[in-house]
Amino acid sequence: MTKKITEEQVAGVAHLARLELEPEELAVYTEKLGGILEYVDKLQELDTEGIEATFQVVPMSNVFREDESRPGLSVDEVLQNAPERSGDYFKMPPILESEDAG
Amino acid sequence: MEYETVIGLEVHAELSTESKLFCGCANRFGAPPNSLVCPVCLGLPGVLPVVNRKAVEYIVLVGLAVGGEIASYSKFDRKNYFYPDMPKNFQISQYDLPLCDGGTVRIELDGLKKDIRLKRVHLEEDTGKSVHGGTIDSSDFTLEDYNRAGVPLMEIVSEPDMRSPAEAHAYMEELHRLLRWLGVSDCKMEEGSLRCDANISVRSKGETALGVKTEIKNMNSFRSVEAALACEEKRQIEILENGGEVLQETRGWNEDRCITFLMRSKEEVQEYRYFPEPDLVPIRVEPEKIESIRAGLPELPFDRQARYMEQYNLEADTAKALVQSRYFSDFFDRCILTYKEARAVVNWLLGDVSKFLNENNIELEKTGVTPQSLVEMIRLIDDGKLSGKIAKEILPEMMKSGEPPAAIAQKMGLSQESDESRILEWVLEALRESPDAVAEYRRGKEKALGFIVGQVMKKSRGQANPGIVNKLIKQELDKS
Repeated sequence: MTKKITEEQVAGVAHLARLELEPEELAVYTEKLGGILEYVDKLQELDTEGIEATFQVVPMSNVFREDESRPGLSVDEVLQNAPERSGDYFKMPPILESEDAG
Repeated sequence: MEYETVIGLEVHAELSTESKLFCGCANRFGAPPNSLVCPVCLGLPGVLPVVNRKAVEYIVLVGLAVGGEIASYSKFDRKNYFYPDMPKNFQISQYDLPLCDGGTVRIELDGLKKDIRLKRVHLEEDTGKSVHGGTIDSSDFTLEDYNRAGVPLMEIVSEPDMRSPAEAHAYMEELHRLLRWLGVSDCKMEEGSLRCDANISVRSKGETALGVKTEIKNMNSFRSVEAALACEEKRQIEILENGGEVLQETRGWNEDRCITFLMRSKEEVQEYRYFPEPDLVPIRVEPEKIESIRAGLPELPFDRQARYMEQYNLEADTAKALVQSRYFSDFFDRCILTYKEARAVVNWLLGDVSKFLNENNIELEKTGVTPQSLVEMIRLIDDGKLSGKIAKEILPEMMKSGEPPAAIAQKMGLSQESDESRILEWVLEALRESPDAVAEYRRGKEKALGFIVGQVMKKSRGQANPGIVNKLIKQELDKS
């Protein structure tokens, strides 16, 4: 049978998750992820015609808070887990500007 | 060959709510770094976001104002990426079920109206602010301030309906006016509360398929939106003219050098792996809710402009100038409530009031003048208690101090004197002191009258009502 996922795809997904995989690990995970996808295929056999997609299993909607502000943490509390601190900023390795969210 | 430019804009506007989108931290620009942060916007383990009701209502309000379709069922999604401006490593946004679908924004350019269609309006959280050490190309560290992380951000995506950089500029101006008109955002590009990315492509005129587009980022003013797009338009046409191919890529705008530069190519396009946000339940905007928000929609700028032309018989340009902002326009409306001569109010508002605003580069709401004080000033002129010339001197003081015109006139010693017996004293004095002028006038030299008027004005330190002065001088001279 055809493979559900290729090693290239797994390598791509690993990169997106910033994981470094050795060649043998790549083979292992390609096999395992393929198995999971095959299992998902089984679910595809169900007839879901006319059934709305489920995005959320909690049977609730419209949970809101009022627009009121309250104090947050102190700057020292905020920064206590920072890998490095510079003044009142989090300091981190240089990042390319182009990688930010649009 | 003749080319046609196709532009679509993605505009982000920070909503002017009191608190952030998913937590109660204050939404405020300019606070000390990392002082408006809590475990939720810091993405600490175990926290849960809760949606700010007002942010959702603001999106619905904008959606209704642009005539979009408000989704009865909407949800949030996670946009995953590795960049430290979000401590969580993802941004909560909306992917396939935005709060508002479609809509149009009407722009006016060189007297021509055009409707720019919208794809969608959605709600997401803003990211933190990165400060790069050194230059972007060779920085050795990045600093993060998370005060902005989690601030409610509205994204408005247009269809590729604009055909020139000037139209893109007009569209930005219109969105700016509309969002401020609705009171949902302060839209300060210089503070980043209004931001814009553009997609632009060119094609030979008559072609219906779209050309390959590039995305332009980093445009920080209306002017730079137009300049960057004009520059990119030229770059793409030059490539095509030389038989080359435009590559799909993201380009930045360098304001100082007036060029666009490559930020990332198509191969590096981000894969955000969106998936439904499991920590937030869906939003169902009920029809009754939509109607109650619709009921709160103010009269929109284009409608009001048409009403002014109709109701007060104003020219298109004049009416358009009055609806430059909601406050300015409401100010006019409030003046008209108590003073019926629209033209006089218009002349002061678009004349000396606007002159003061331009010279001081401020907005009307930041000045001390009120509809009441402006109308009071105009009435003082009508009653002859203030000359138009003196009013022009008083107005800037009213705008600076907020004091009523009569008080300022008094303080500056500028109230107009209309008391005839008082003026008559000055007139008789002047006539006594100017026998030559009197003689000349009697010999038929009308000009001599001007000299005598001048003397009276001098004695009254400019306060005598000129009409009465003229009348009394002639009366006295004709007596003898």
